[in-house]
Amino acid sequence: MQRRFVSIWFRHLTTDWLTLRRPELREVPFVFAASVRGRIVVTAANVLAKANGITAGMAAADAKAIVPSLEVVDDIPGQAAKLLKALGEWCIRYTPLIAADLPDGLILDVSGCAHLWGGERAYLGAIIKILRSKGYDARGAMADTVGTAWAVARFGRVKPIIESDRQADALLPLPPAALRLEPVILERLQKLGFYTIKSFIGIGRSVLRRRFGQGFLLRLDQALGSEDEPLQLLQPVEPYQERLPCLEPIRTETGIEIAIKKLLESLCLRLQGEGKGLRTAILKCYRVDGQLIEVSIGTNRASHHIGHLFKLFELKISSIEPALGIELFILEAPKVEDVDPVQEVLWSPEGCGLEDASLAELLDRLANKIGAGSIHRYLPDEHYWPERSIKIARSLKEKPGTAWRTDRPRPSLLLPRPERIEVTSLIPDYPPMLFIYKNKVHQVKKADGPERIEREWWLESGEHRDYYYVEDQDGSRYWLFRSGHYSGNQSGQWFIHGFFA
Amino acid sequence: MQITKNISNFTSRNKKCMPDTKKDIINRLRKDILLWEGFKPPQAGNAGTFGLGPVEAAFPNSVFPTGTIHEMLCPAQEQVAATTGFMAGILTSLMQQGGVCLWIGVSRRLFPPSLMVFGVEPDRVIFVDLQREKDVLWAMEEALKCEGLAAVVAELREINFAQSRRLQLAVENSRVTGFLLRNDPRKVGATTCVARWQITPLPSKLADDLPGVGFPRWQVDLLKVRNGNPGSWKLEWVDGSFVVIDEKVIANEVLERKAG
Repeated sequence: MQRRFVSIWFRHLTTDWLTLRRPELREVPFVFAASVRGRIVVTAANVLAKANGITAGMAAADAKAIVPSLEVVDDIPGQAAKLLKALGEWCIRYTPLIAADLPDGLILDVSGCAHLWGGERAYLGAIIKILRSKGYDARGAMADTVGTAWAVARFGRVKPIIESDRQADALLPLPPAALRLEPVILERLQKLGFYTIKSFIGIGRSVLRRRFGQGFLLRLDQALGSEDEPLQLLQPVEPYQERLPCLEPIRTETGIEIAIKKLLESLCLRLQGEGKGLRTAILKCYRVDGQLIEVSIGTNRASHHIGHLFKLFELKISSIEPALGIELFILEAPKVEDVDPVQEVLWSPEGCGLEDASLAELLDRLANKIGAGSIHRYLPDEHYWPERSIKIARSLKEKPGTAWRTDRPRPSLLLPRPERIEVTSLIPDYPPMLFIYKNKVHQVKKADGPERIEREWWLESGEHRDYYYVEDQDGSRYWLFRSGHYSGNQSGQWFIHGFFA
Repeated sequence: MQITKNISNFTSRNKKCMPDTKKDIINRLRKDILLWEGFKPPQAGNAGTFGLGPVEAAFPNSVFPTGTIHEMLCPAQEQVAATTGFMAGILTSLMQQGGVCLWIGVSRRLFPPSLMVFGVEPDRVIFVDLQREKDVLWAMEEALKCEGLAAVVAELREINFAQSRRLQLAVENSRVTGFLLRNDPRKVGATTCVARWQITPLPSKLADDLPGVGFPRWQVDLLKVRNGNPGSWKLEWVDGSFVVIDEKVIANEVLERKAG
């Protein structure tokens, strides 16, 4: 999937916050100031102060000289980080992957999120609008890379949303500061007359590296998307994994059982809390001699039932060879799904449907011992050809798409492949008078048919079949067919395909 | 001598008081014996009949026993087909409440759409196709322990007494009905199954000698039944229910036709 990022820039993060806390400051120019090497220096200025030419880094005394009514507030160290964390956590409603971008921004990984708000424009608009309505002066931009989104949010003049793979075009007219470079390098670029990114992007990489260092190239690549940029997420997505280191290497079956139980308990507790259940689980056993042994289980439906999952692992314990001992167990659940909450049935007389948990658990046990490939459920398929008239259901929940047909007789037992029989019959389309199957002569007393089933030429080529439902002298009922029309060589055309009840 | 005298006294006294309750007393005693033998009467709310008519009367309390294991002998392929049909007819009643049936076998030939004729929705049957007979027994035992199932059918060639006892123990807790379909058995020994059946196909009959094949008709032999009376019947599957064919009626029909 194409990755998309949003960068949000809070232009007056701390001052906006103070204005919200003290509304009387709304009409007053004020600055935050902190002591730096014995001087009181402005660290942040609000909109009114900025309008009068006060910027961060200026001495507080100078600022006071410009605007005599200026209010100076003591800076609170770490306030910006705290605010960004809170704002970032609030933004989790838009995407789960959010990183704080100190000192004054947020980065949101919004891959695959925007369509839920009806497109990227509406999505970005919704975020920015709600932040502004809260009183924070926010600017946002969306692009394929963190670097471009950051640059456009702060320096972009044209449009906030950069289409996929157009980050180079968006970056060209921006100043070098948009690349998140160090002040020293920015100063050097300024001295050399590189006022826009366009003016140096065409220069050879080796030359740029020699002049500005590796860090400069990295930032450029990150903005263009040729280099990946890891995010320090506010709430990292934790994998469903539990570890159990052992003081003494485990060598016995009971020991392994206890280990599995402990791991399952803590994993299932977490799954239960999140309303999830696992579909597959892998147990990794790290042996003392450096070998890694893996066993895995699968379930038919998401489950966080300790007893059931333990039973599934119990069948696999015999395949774990501890050798000199196992020193570390790791239980992972790579595939996790939401669990449908089960409503308790007050009284079920007998039998339960396909949705029942106990049935799924039984099938899990069977599948883990004999393989999931040997459990089948069939649904009707829209074919007349008998072998293709059923298809295997993919899950327990799948319902038949069409009704089961009952208009034509179908045998109780169907031979996997039709078997040849010897026949005496009248031409052209009478049922056989007698047939020999497995060296036994069957006199046909009653018969129905023929039912002609054409071969599906778009799937395979071959002759059609004329099916007869016959009964012999003993009352046994068979399904016979003649393959194709009578030809010169009449032998070998008749087959038995099934037995009726 | 003393005992016989007592009994004769007892019966004569009974005769004097209530002459026509002797049969009731014997019936009641029989039921008590059944209870003492551990035979559970059918559960309440479970009184649906299987439409087997006189066949059901052969069982204790005249109720088809559910929650137990039935053994079906099928020496020939044709009998397997007939047994499948008969069993599907019984499964219909068992699966009425939306239950699921498990069908375990080694080389299964059952064609699922044919179950529809007998009223069983084939998509509510789960087939377990195994490689070895040993696994069939294991799978059946596991399945019989699962209370959620309506019925479990296993196709097996051989089973010994110890193995059948394991299945019986599983069934006693879960009350699931099990069917053992014994294809081509080499040896028929004692088992703990509640009943042993043998179904053989019979020539079908259409009214007025119309051409074509009629409704499936079977000779149903109940060879062994615990606490019941073995017997033999002729059954037909007509429009979703069993019809017992009365020999006398047929004989009369033939006579009438001959006379007419």
